[in-house]
Amino acid sequence: MNKILSINGKLYTIDIADDTPILWAIRDFVGLTGTKFGCGVSQCGACSILIDGVLTKSCSMPFSYAVGKEITTIEGTSENLEFLREAWNDGNVPQCGYCQSGQLIAATSLLDKVENPTDKDIDNAMSGNICRCGTYSRIRKAIHRAVELKNQSI
Amino acid sequence: MSNIQQINRRDFVKLFGLASTGIILGCNISSDKKDFIPQTEGTFAPNLFVQIQKDGTITLIASRSEMGQGIRTSLASAIADELEADWKYITVQQATGDSKYGNQNTDGSRSVRTILEPMRKMGASAKMMLIAAAAKKWNIAEADCKAENHHIINIKTDAKIFFGDLVNVAAKEEIPAESKLQLKKVEDFKYIGKNLKSVDLKDFTHGTANYGIDVRIPNMKFAAIARCPVTFGTVKSFDAADAKSISGVEKVIQLDRMIPPTGAFFGALGGVAVVANNTWSAFQGKLNLNIEWNYGENESFNTEEFTKKITKRVHEKGKLIPGSTGDVNSAFNESKNIVEATYKVPFLVHAPMEVPNATAWFRGDKIEVWAPLQDPQTARAELAHFFEVDIENITVNVTFIGGGFGRKSKSDFVVEAVALSKKINAPVQVVWTREDDIKHSFYHATSVQYLKGSLDGKGNVSGWLQRVAVPSITSSFKPLSDYASGFELGQGFTNNPYNLDNFRLENVKAEANLRIGWLRSVVHIHSGFGNNSFVDELAFAAKKDPVEFHLNLIGKDRIIQGKSEYPYDSKRMKNVLKKTAENANWGKKLPENHGIGIAIHYSFYSYVATAVEVSVRDGKVKVENIWTTIDCGLVLNKDNVKNQLEGAAIFGMSIALYGKVTTKDGAVEQNNFFDYQMTRMKDTPKINIDIIDDMSKKPTGVGEPGVPPMAPAICNAIFNATGKRYRSLPLIDEGLLV
Ligand code: FES
Ligand code: FES
Repeated sequence: MNKILSINGKLYTIDIADDTPILWAIRDFVGLTGTKFGCGVSQCGACSILIDGVLTKSCSMPFSYAVGKEITTIEGTSENLEFLREAWNDGNVPQCGYCQSGQLIAATSLLDKVENPTDKDIDNAMSGNICRCGTYSRIRKAIHRAVELKNQSI
Repeated sequence: MSNIQQINRRDFVKLFGLASTGIILGCNISSDKKDFIPQTEGTFAPNLFVQIQKDGTITLIASRSEMGQGIRTSLASAIADELEADWKYITVQQATGDSKYGNQNTDGSRSVRTILEPMRKMGASAKMMLIAAAAKKWNIAEADCKAENHHIINIKTDAKIFFGDLVNVAAKEEIPAESKLQLKKVEDFKYIGKNLKSVDLKDFTHGTANYGIDVRIPNMKFAAIARCPVTFGTVKSFDAADAKSISGVEKVIQLDRMIPPTGAFFGALGGVAVVANNTWSAFQGKLNLNIEWNYGENESFNTEEFTKKITKRVHEKGKLIPGSTGDVNSAFNESKNIVEATYKVPFLVHAPMEVPNATAWFRGDKIEVWAPLQDPQTARAELAHFFEVDIENITVNVTFIGGGFGRKSKSDFVVEAVALSKKINAPVQVVWTREDDIKHSFYHATSVQYLKGSLDGKGNVSGWLQRVAVPSITSSFKPLSDYASGFELGQGFTNNPYNLDNFRLENVKAEANLRIGWLRSVVHIHSGFGNNSFVDELAFAAKKDPVEFHLNLIGKDRIIQGKSEYPYDSKRMKNVLKKTAENANWGKKLPENHGIGIAIHYSFYSYVATAVEVSVRDGKVKVENIWTTIDCGLVLNKDNVKNQLEGAAIFGMSIALYGKVTTKDGAVEQNNFFDYQMTRMKDTPKINIDIIDDMSKKPTGVGEPGVPPMAPAICNAIFNATGKRYRSLPLIDEGLLV
């Protein structure tokens, strides 16, 4: 059965079983591979996306839930995501890079909600995302830096 | 790239010398056989690693795998520096697995150590050819030309020509003899030793870096494999009806175990594969298989009993290991201050964020694979062996690696994918679930150590006895390897950094009932934990400050040459220890419930000292601060070294606090990140990294040496805070909350 997904402002028609998690709809059917598989059970955040702006672990949400909603993935853009990208760049954050799609999306969601997050806010918002390479302190700095960049731009 | 692949291998053997010895001798760049380097019109390719286009773009080939250690950037910076290239024109391409690039095995923290110089020569050679080309154009002497910022400059007139404009002429120049190459002086480095950002940042922040799991080729299938819960068990029978009823599932196929020839390769476990048109259906199909297994001889393996067994053994005499010196027994007899302790480390698993996976296409006499591999050449040789395809017809494409830590130096997942592709006659991507990754790895071995030490009247260590029981990595190559091998004991046991007159090391039997492999810093995890915990216990018994005690134990300035070109220099060890103590403000008054601990370690020829400050409140431990100093000789990319050491601190914290793999009836009990936990943002302390910057020394390991001191420094800090000594890892199992 054909379904329509809206991802990063584009519409995709795919033929897929309803219970397929959004993660695999995006990766295997739509073909956008920036959203990563890490655990499949909501533990690592590698698969983080925004659905109508809400942070979602796409491995654990059936595809049907996203129909009629707007999905943002790491291939997309938003004001906060762009500041974060710049800050990630300034801080040379990634190591292997694999978790960073999810980290950036989770950080975007944080900045969408909290204008100037404290370390505690960052702990709470970012602890669902595992980075086995251990780039956490750089991620923390980069989130603060993104706020700085944003304030400078105003 | 495709051009490069077509070059006949034998010609490259002539050109580069075959790197069969395991070191990159392959980079013999001086040769008149330039014909064998692919030359495309409008491109200047002076050697296999450098290609310059007319628009000035320089493509550098990275022969080692990128798994987060920043090697693509580091190697590129070495070539670019000698070439006097402008960084903004540099792009990096990944080499396929091929001996023409020299040894590509990316492990043992040795990439920079072994190929820095050859890479610099590649750059210098290209520069000389560009200079020769410019000299010809201007009709002046080469000596009157120099390279600067992507141009060749006429020293006399200041005229300059852009690199890109020299491409056609330079391509006709002779490759200079290696003896003619002049490498830059340390003080002239432009990129080496500086802070360079990753060349891959843009891809990493836009989701466009292609990892193995992201490979997509037309008409490919996706597959998941059910493997026997017990190591080396086999399929007795299976019923595929439920699996086949899952939408998207196309085929269910049995795979045989592929047994590696003794001493070589790793083979594959075999099992039942579910082939589908998407990953999710393959996963679901696998969960719905009904399989009966022959569990085999490892069925009785319970880690709890095993630990008991080897704990008992370390309290009996073991096999004496060469390198022991003096007479510990008389030292013990003469001492009034004896300390004894037993330390335990559990099995650990790498759990890189990208699960093992491989995409393969078997086409009769040809094989092509795409995979996140640390050691693509071994994978290629292994495929040639198992599938009887001429190695020339096997292409191994190395993708980005979403974390390796040693797991992806094995090629079992590639062998599986090729076997399956052969059976279904189509390209297929085999993806491991996280559960597969945790339950079927090549594990970091468990260990038990017994230590006994004596102090003389002045509180100096007079005797040191150490018994080690650790299943050997060799068991993965060779059956009946029941003792740690020499290369394993050489990781911090036979070569600890201390000056001991009476030292006795004993090897204790420990069988392997899981596949054993290497995990970031390998046996150093055991030696680092045992040695540093025990030194701290001795310092306490001697009523001395741990830093002072350590300095004293490292002893006088001495250089131990050994067989290696990297002698151990006790001065450098003391130096990093002092630096760390200084950075941590060692001796300062700590807040209530806080404690501080120190550990040192020498590994991969690098010197590391780490201090950790913890707080312990109501049985809850929090790592507050970490200070690490590394002396790794010449530093290629400072910010990258810093990033690696920060990562090693987090990795070491995971080992200390959380990591543990156990088995019951032969099967691994852990499943996923909820029961194989690791450090998260909320656990992350302040991390301070100090790098001793000694450009006169050879570069040594960076990726691994930061790991071993972490767990003991944490345990020593907890002892300092609470007076309670933790001798078994992980700490969450020892009644501590995190
Ligand atoms: S893959 Fe979704 S949380 Fe790990
Ligand atoms: S950068 Fe490798 S897992 Fe985060």
